[in-house]
Amino acid sequence: MLRSITAAASAALLLTAVAGCGDVDDGGEASGKTAATGKGGTLTVFAAASLTETFGALGKAFEAAHPGVKVRFSFGGSSTLAQQITQGAPADVFAAASPATMKTVTDAGDAAGTPQVFTKNRLVIAVPKNDPGKVRELGDLSRPGLKVVLCAVQVPCGAAAEKALGAAGVKVKPASREQDVKAVLTKVSLDEADAGLVYRTDAKAASGKVEGIEFPESAQAINDYPIVEVAKAPRSALAKEFIGLVLGPRGRDALTRAGFEAP
Amino acid sequence: MRTGLDARLVVRRAAFDLDLALAAAPGEVVALLGPNGAGKSTALRALAGLVPMTGGHVRVDGDDLRPLPPDRRGIGMVFQDYLLFPHLSALENVAFGPRCQGAGRRAARRIAAEWLDRVGLAEFASVRPRALSGGQAQRVALARALAVEPGLLLLDEPLAALDAHTRLEIRAALRRHLAGFSGAAVLVTHDPLDAMVLADRIVVVEGGRLVQQGTPAEVARRPRTGYVARLVGLNLYRGRADAGRVAVADGAATLDTADPLDGDVFLAFAPAAVALYRTRPDGSPRNLWRARVAAVERQGDRVRVQLSGPPFDAVAEVTPAAVAELQLSEGSEIWAAVKATETHVYPA
Amino acid sequence: MRRAPESPRPPLILVAPALAGLAFLVLPLAGLLARAPWTTLGTRLAQDQVLDALRLSLLTATLATCLCVLFGVPLAWMLARAPVPGVRLVRALVTVPLVLPPVVGGVALLLVLGRRGLVGEHLDAWFGITLPFTTAGVVLAETFVAMPFLVISVEGALRAADLRYEEAAATLGASRWTIFRRVTLPLVAPGVAAGAVLCWARALGEFGATITFAGNFPGRTQTMPLAVYLALETDPQAAIVLSLVLLAVSVAVLAALRDRWVSTGT
Repeated sequence: MLRSITAAASAALLLTAVAGCGDVDDGGEASGKTAATGKGGTLTVFAAASLTETFGALGKAFEAAHPGVKVRFSFGGSSTLAQQITQGAPADVFAAASPATMKTVTDAGDAAGTPQVFTKNRLVIAVPKNDPGKVRELGDLSRPGLKVVLCAVQVPCGAAAEKALGAAGVKVKPASREQDVKAVLTKVSLDEADAGLVYRTDAKAASGKVEGIEFPESAQAINDYPIVEVAKAPRSALAKEFIGLVLGPRGRDALTRAGFEAP
Repeated sequence: MRTGLDARLVVRRAAFDLDLALAAAPGEVVALLGPNGAGKSTALRALAGLVPMTGGHVRVDGDDLRPLPPDRRGIGMVFQDYLLFPHLSALENVAFGPRCQGAGRRAARRIAAEWLDRVGLAEFASVRPRALSGGQAQRVALARALAVEPGLLLLDEPLAALDAHTRLEIRAALRRHLAGFSGAAVLVTHDPLDAMVLADRIVVVEGGRLVQQGTPAEVARRPRTGYVARLVGLNLYRGRADAGRVAVADGAATLDTADPLDGDVFLAFAPAAVALYRTRPDGSPRNLWRARVAAVERQGDRVRVQLSGPPFDAVAEVTPAAVAELQLSEGSEIWAAVKATETHVYPA
Repeated sequence: MRRAPESPRPPLILVAPALAGLAFLVLPLAGLLARAPWTTLGTRLAQDQVLDALRLSLLTATLATCLCVLFGVPLAWMLARAPVPGVRLVRALVTVPLVLPPVVGGVALLLVLGRRGLVGEHLDAWFGITLPFTTAGVVLAETFVAMPFLVISVEGALRAADLRYEEAAATLGASRWTIFRRVTLPLVAPGVAAGAVLCWARALGEFGATITFAGNFPGRTQTMPLAVYLALETDPQAAIVLSLVLLAVSVAVLAALRDRWVSTGT
């Protein structure tokens, strides 16, 4: 018994080791460097989580247009990505969900050139499909007994929510301040919360489970999405081309379809 | 009314089969003696209710205990390693039983203190088991078992965990306590000396069956199996007697005896009764046979000489001086003799 | 146990990986210490939010540990002793929270105990109890992830315990409950203590299930790990401070407990 466990464990270790070695030719830094001068190679894009679907599609298009090139994405919270870049993560392009997070990168001198706003996102009220709280407008969120979840003020969607609610003069006592917009969406889609403020794109992506209600005050808190080439980008030329794709008609088209607005 | 123990213990398992009738009068100590794996401990555990019985009955003072779980049998048990609760003091260990029987905290402690005093450990009341010596732990275990005032006391190898010196002392003390106990007691041991000293009656168990029982003196004098004979140190043969002449070893030899019996008999003689000679002794009226020395081993101030047949195996006991004189060594051929009057014959 | 008069020199083949392992565990802590903003430490710590989160963390972790002991010890006993059919499967199920990503655990809790959950629906309809977004929800989330530690630890202790002590107790007239209470439990006390300590530590560091099931609201459901995570978004320095506080408090408590029961219990 013990012997077989030991054997299994060593086999697992061995496998891990082999897999670890194999990693080297699996894209990443190593192949990026070797192919840096050639036509092929890997472009690494760090992008805000809300861009997952759109950028995924754009990446496919980019690869189709550049045979031999692979686009590798790292989607995540903008601030996490920004921190990774300032800590030296090997990114070529950074697309953030807010100018504030972009600022940490530019301040650190890790941006090549000036960031450009490529799209905008606005907040909507997300309610469960059957809308148990009968929410119609932003003012309804202050109704006692209504379970509202917002993003934490530390993350962009939370900052935007504060701004919109402040502009509308609506005082909300949230049940929770979630760590990101997806968490807000989870609570609403599971019907744990009666309403939450999320980006229009998120509501659209989850349209089967939540309803997005537009509200005029959202104009006060429109989120700009800046994109920039990272300083010392290993694939600088490809990075510029990818940014061009995002800013061009093709990119705009994909973004609009996902619920983003033109800058 | 105390009527003691009356039980028939039937425990059948895949590789094991126990069927043992067992009785003990109030105040009587019965020792179950037998080799390892004979079923002694299983019998004891069946009495305590720790092993389910396939058949039979357990009556103590007239009550049938078989349907009852261990905690409602009112039986005291001293386990082989004593199994004193390590987290409780000696006093709390002894008080455990009375407490479970419904005595109040204070009453239970008073009873426990009395019992500890009786086994001479009053000053160890607050000591944890791990700080007790083996002998002390055994006495606490005994006090713990007796404190529930059981109708039946069970002792599983109560002296096996002790070193030779302590054992002597504790055996004597245990004998005193058992003498003072008014209920029936059953003791399991594989040590014949423990059984002889402690028990009023010995029940020999082999292979899950009773093979012999009787007072220690009877068992010691008239063993009925090879195991018992080895335990009590006798040479034992089964044979057919015809007017005092006993044919043993399937008729390969005939021994003269002083007992005029007929029919199937046991014939026993002590190793010390065997005389050894280098050459054939002349004209003596003894049983005489030629034997080969299989082993010579010293035992105290005597030497045991294993003799192998044909016609039969035997053990002789001689002095070291005789060994030197006879130049005994393994493989040497010698003459062995036993006087007819030194043999003991009894019906099989 | 007596110590050997002179301990033999440990073989190098063990010492080297042992030291490497230790370094691997300790160096991240050193990193936190090195980067901590010592000059502003005092003012940062005095913030109400920090104290609230710390208080909430200690409270919920302790309550969760109590729940774990209350339900985990009988569960461990059942796994170790009761003739339950399919006990292997039950044991595997018990360890599910160990392998389940805590966030998934949180979602699962929502699906069962949430406002529209299988059980939660009735809690809400019949008793007006809703668990998500409450401190009770934090305790439940922590209990969920921490309980396996207790069950595994206590089950191991129960299996190692000598059953014959329980037999001895039975012959002395103890009922099964008395045996459990006065013999079994004291015998496995070190295992329970070790399990409870593990539970508490796990509950204190719990993040995923808590934020998913109970959300994040300062003073009510924002425990230290949640505060740390959110601080990381905007103010990494503050996150370091909070982490250090959590570490210092947990290490202090664990060290104190270890001296008090874990070592004396064995």
